[in-house]
Amino acid sequence: MAEALSSNREVSAGVAAEPAPAGAAPAPVNAPGIDTDSAPARSSRRRWLRAGAVAGACFLVGAVALFAGARYGLLLLLGFGFGVLLEGLGFGFAGPIRRMITRRDPRGLVAQLFAVGLVAVVALPLLAARGGELAGAHAPIGWAMILGAFVFGICMQLVLGCGSGTLVNAGAGDAVGVLALPFFVLGSFLGAYGLQWWVEWGTLPVLTTTGLFGAYGGLVVTLGALGGLALLLRRLAPPELRRVPRRLLLAAGLLAGLALLHLVVAGQPWGVVYGLGLWGAKGAHALGLDLGGSAFWSAPVHAARVEASVLTDVTSLTNIGILLGVVLVGLFRGLDEPFPRMGARGWLTVAVAGFGLGYSARLAFGCNVGAFFSGIGTGSLHGWVWLAAAFAGAWLGLRLRPRLGLEQAG
Amino acid sequence: MRPTAKTLALLAVLLVALVLVLDLWWAGPPNPYSAPPALAIGSGAAPSGAHCSAGAGR
Repeated sequence: MAEALSSNREVSAGVAAEPAPAGAAPAPVNAPGIDTDSAPARSSRRRWLRAGAVAGACFLVGAVALFAGARYGLLLLLGFGFGVLLEGLGFGFAGPIRRMITRRDPRGLVAQLFAVGLVAVVALPLLAARGGELAGAHAPIGWAMILGAFVFGICMQLVLGCGSGTLVNAGAGDAVGVLALPFFVLGSFLGAYGLQWWVEWGTLPVLTTTGLFGAYGGLVVTLGALGGLALLLRRLAPPELRRVPRRLLLAAGLLAGLALLHLVVAGQPWGVVYGLGLWGAKGAHALGLDLGGSAFWSAPVHAARVEASVLTDVTSLTNIGILLGVVLVGLFRGLDEPFPRMGARGWLTVAVAGFGLGYSARLAFGCNVGAFFSGIGTGSLHGWVWLAAAFAGAWLGLRLRPRLGLEQAG
Repeated sequence: MRPTAKTLALLAVLLVALVLVLDLWWAGPPNPYSAPPALAIGSGAAPSGAHCSAGAGR
């Protein structure tokens, strides 16, 4: 298996696998009622399971395209693509930031910057030419936005996953990801619920590189800043960690390709957090909560999303696709994520941090995907501020891990 | 006994399935006849604005 340079999960991150209990008896071989299948029979069953899973995925995409619309089927397919790529090639967002801080290993982060640059090369001219049909991930810089990104950075290192990372981890059968996901949904819903109050703390107008320097000037500035940051990161690294592996460059290229297809199909960049918050809003609405008290959820565009089918929501579809795509990879590669060994304090921290991830991502106008990757890739300056604040938060989050029961003593 | 990764992945899939089933029950099935064109580019229609970067005013 390829070294997990860029993925979010890593056993060595501090949460150890649960070993077999000392003195436990070995599983009986061919004991009555256990497993008397021969290896070829097991192998055959596995092949059928994999074929069935691929057929099921194709059926799901076809059914959504048929019963909801072709665009929605394509978005689900793109979601599958994101999931397979992120898990299959071990490309993540939270892990590389952690490795940069703890080991001065910039390779995953440089690959991310490369992917963002590739997106910008196509997306910025496209947005300039097709502004009426396509929109960037543009959001304002503000006090709450910076605070949100900082808190997101902390929480991201507590659960070892960002927005997409939590979906990927859950799909891979990682207990931390599975626990964090519903709290992420709740946090994202409530963060959006009170977003207007936070925005009123003080917010600048939306600033974009294209707005400040023109369509092509903005592209040059974006690429220059990405290249400059990549060079700085490489300079900080020890010589043996400066060369980005081909696997990560390939993953970055494919990710950029999928993100651009997403922009062309959906008319908006790839995002994660909105869909998770929408699931929470739908749940609250179904339980009778009046969303009219929220400036966000009562705004026409968002109220319409709450009423409409989740199968017509862009980020919901790609989120579902990511999770199921990761499961698909797991069926081929084996689901062998170890169960983390940690106490009640650690699990409580995961739940709180999952909530914090969702809440803070709404304040920050996105996570690593919606704010950093898509924000910078479509010229929004809030993406750069997000990256700086989240990086600072990640530094603090890594230092908090041992105190919050997430690292083994010694 | 600790749950295995397979069990937890299945749980995650069931969570997503629960969202889909409850939504189908609550919001009803989507109407394919009111679906937008397959591609936003060239459609002439503005994007919905339902994105992570959206505020209350968009």
